[in-house]
Amino acid sequence: MRSPVCLLGASEMEKRVTFKGWLLPLCLIAPQVLVSAVFFFYPAGQAIWQSLFIPDPFGLSMQFVGLGNFEYLLSDPYYRTSFLTTAIFSTLVTLASMIPALFLAVVADRLIKGAGVYRTMLIWPYAVAPAVAGVLWLFMFNTRVGVVSWYLGNLGYDWNHVLNGGEAMGLVVVASAWGRISYNFLFFFAALQAIPKSVIEAAAIDGARFWKRFWTIVLPLLSPTTFFLLVVNIVYAFFETFGVIHTITSGGPQQSTTILVYKVFSDGFVGQDLGSSAAQSVILLIVVGALTIFQFKFVERRVHY
Amino acid sequence: MKNLTAGALIAGSTMLSPIAAFAQTEVQFWHAFTGRLGELVAVQVEDFNASQDDFTVVASFKGNYSETLNAGIAAFRAGEQPEILMVFEVGTATMMSAKGAVRSVTEVMEASGAAFDPDAYIGSVKGYYTSTDGEMLSLPFNASTPVLWVNRDAFEDAGVDPDTDLSTWQNVGEVLGQLKEGGSTCPLTTAWQSWIQLENFSAYHDVPFATQANGFAGVDTELAFNGPAQVAHIAAMGEWAQDGKFIYAGRRNEGGANFRAGECALFTESSAGYAGIKAEAEFDFDVRPLPYWEGVGNSPQNTIIGGASLWVMEGHEEDEYEGAAQFLAYLSSSDVQEQWHKDTGYLPITTAAADATRESGFYEENLGTEVAVIQMTTNEPTENSKGLRLGSFDQIRTIIDEELEAVWAGDKDAQAALDSAVMRGDQLLRRFEAAN
Repeated sequence: MRSPVCLLGASEMEKRVTFKGWLLPLCLIAPQVLVSAVFFFYPAGQAIWQSLFIPDPFGLSMQFVGLGNFEYLLSDPYYRTSFLTTAIFSTLVTLASMIPALFLAVVADRLIKGAGVYRTMLIWPYAVAPAVAGVLWLFMFNTRVGVVSWYLGNLGYDWNHVLNGGEAMGLVVVASAWGRISYNFLFFFAALQAIPKSVIEAAAIDGARFWKRFWTIVLPLLSPTTFFLLVVNIVYAFFETFGVIHTITSGGPQQSTTILVYKVFSDGFVGQDLGSSAAQSVILLIVVGALTIFQFKFVERRVHY
Repeated sequence: MKNLTAGALIAGSTMLSPIAAFAQTEVQFWHAFTGRLGELVAVQVEDFNASQDDFTVVASFKGNYSETLNAGIAAFRAGEQPEILMVFEVGTATMMSAKGAVRSVTEVMEASGAAFDPDAYIGSVKGYYTSTDGEMLSLPFNASTPVLWVNRDAFEDAGVDPDTDLSTWQNVGEVLGQLKEGGSTCPLTTAWQSWIQLENFSAYHDVPFATQANGFAGVDTELAFNGPAQVAHIAAMGEWAQDGKFIYAGRRNEGGANFRAGECALFTESSAGYAGIKAEAEFDFDVRPLPYWEGVGNSPQNTIIGGASLWVMEGHEEDEYEGAAQFLAYLSSSDVQEQWHKDTGYLPITTAAADATRESGFYEENLGTEVAVIQMTTNEPTENSKGLRLGSFDQIRTIIDEELEAVWAGDKDAQAALDSAVMRGDQLLRRFEAAN
């Protein structure tokens, strides 16, 4: 008898299609290459080019400074601190958006009646734009008129995210993660539905309880989805959260919520310092690129497809 | 109201006659006003369009101050810039350094047939936007200055006489203690902390905020707001913050909500807060001059303005500049300015408009509305009180906000915080110098 590994190898060999010549394959990948070139390589190239200059905002003059912008940034202790702030923020947002989503998906998966209603309700927050979500949460936690801060006040806790950096961080994390829970829920829920019932039932017959089944069967089978969501959520936390931060804290108090992407936005679009902003986006590009490579090289090994 | 209806009627009638509009030269005007201020601007524009047949001013709202400046810059890079762009006072140095992108108001006005007398404008208002050799770079449009707002009911509730002299910070300090003892949860709050507690503070006490005449004399300027006068003031406010006498509400004008709701007894905020406070406050309020520290510097000198000015951009036809000049002349006219001042609490930009307002009896009917005008005009501005012209100033303000927050939270003492703000801000100024 042939081993399954050999079988797999053989079938892969048979499936491989080879093209003759260059023209057809080039045509087939052209659209993707074009899209990447227009929306990624060109702007990224521009950012790298711009990061070597200190331009004036109107584009009237440009001062070549070589790596001066990078030197200036990396010698700034406040900029270096914002790496740590970003790491804390991204980790918290990723955890706070994935764990509740997984929990809700598992619970919704066990529902027999009304699953559709729950599902729809849970997906709703994803439809709220980040900046609007920011305003909503800001309103609830407003130090003077906020509902939540009022209850906290009654309990004897003086909520003041305007001066307390930890509270400000907590608030932007919750506001950023909230809408994301829905997105993650959708993926987890679909993945749970795709797990064959027979596997679970077989384990149940063997005497495995819910938690045992969850840890040893469900979670490993969810790992491709979990890995995908991990990558996507980290990218989200790194790049798409500045709207929330802009509306809630503007990076404050002091610099406690100034994450890298918010600084790119505020230095470039508020401060008109395009050279520094470009250098920051290049640094951000390198950081996220490295992080993604790391994830695919090391974390993906633990994923079972 | 009458004006509004008239404006609406005119708006309607111009829309009905597109053929007439075609023959006219269009002048684009990008501004940052929405809500009530947006309506008032629309009325001004419609009135101007109705007053003559040669030009049509098209006003467009482009977002908040920063967004409007950005829109103007992006449009310039694409060759689509408007003739007139509203830029907040913080962007003054950015615009000024953009030689080749802007044309000075003096040049535009003199080349046109429009009436223009530079001496008609109030010195301390136009000074902010005038070069050292007297050239008016942009037209002050909405200018305000910080004053002290008093909630008289809150004083009485705390058992403090609302007519107590609050002209000096020494007196205010004592009153804050009494208010606190009398049960006030918010004796004092502020809006725009950098603008009021450092920029205006420095001008008012005639101490430098930055070298090179606060940046007017050149871009090689360095920040100087870590001097003893400023440090003492920030230290005092830091102490009040620790004692619960000064409540910090946020970097912008978040404190306004607390004051208008009647929670805070004292509030340092722009004179343009008038419209909002008058509309919402359900208590007896009062406007006083901004307090000063008796014996510190040369106080009280004069305060400086905040708000925005109108810049004329390069790259247009001569007849469009003619139209822009006519519109700016119209905006500077006494009647328009008087109405604007009364409606908004912004300062009048010409002496004639200030006199006309006084003669109309408006100040007697609306007590305290004159405080800002007096505070701005009593003394001739000095090198330290003409205004500020610093590059990357929006970012420098953010740095100041961050450092002041460290003082209010008790994490840093005033000297350390201001030293750090100066050091960080100077780095930005050097970058700005390199770019221009």
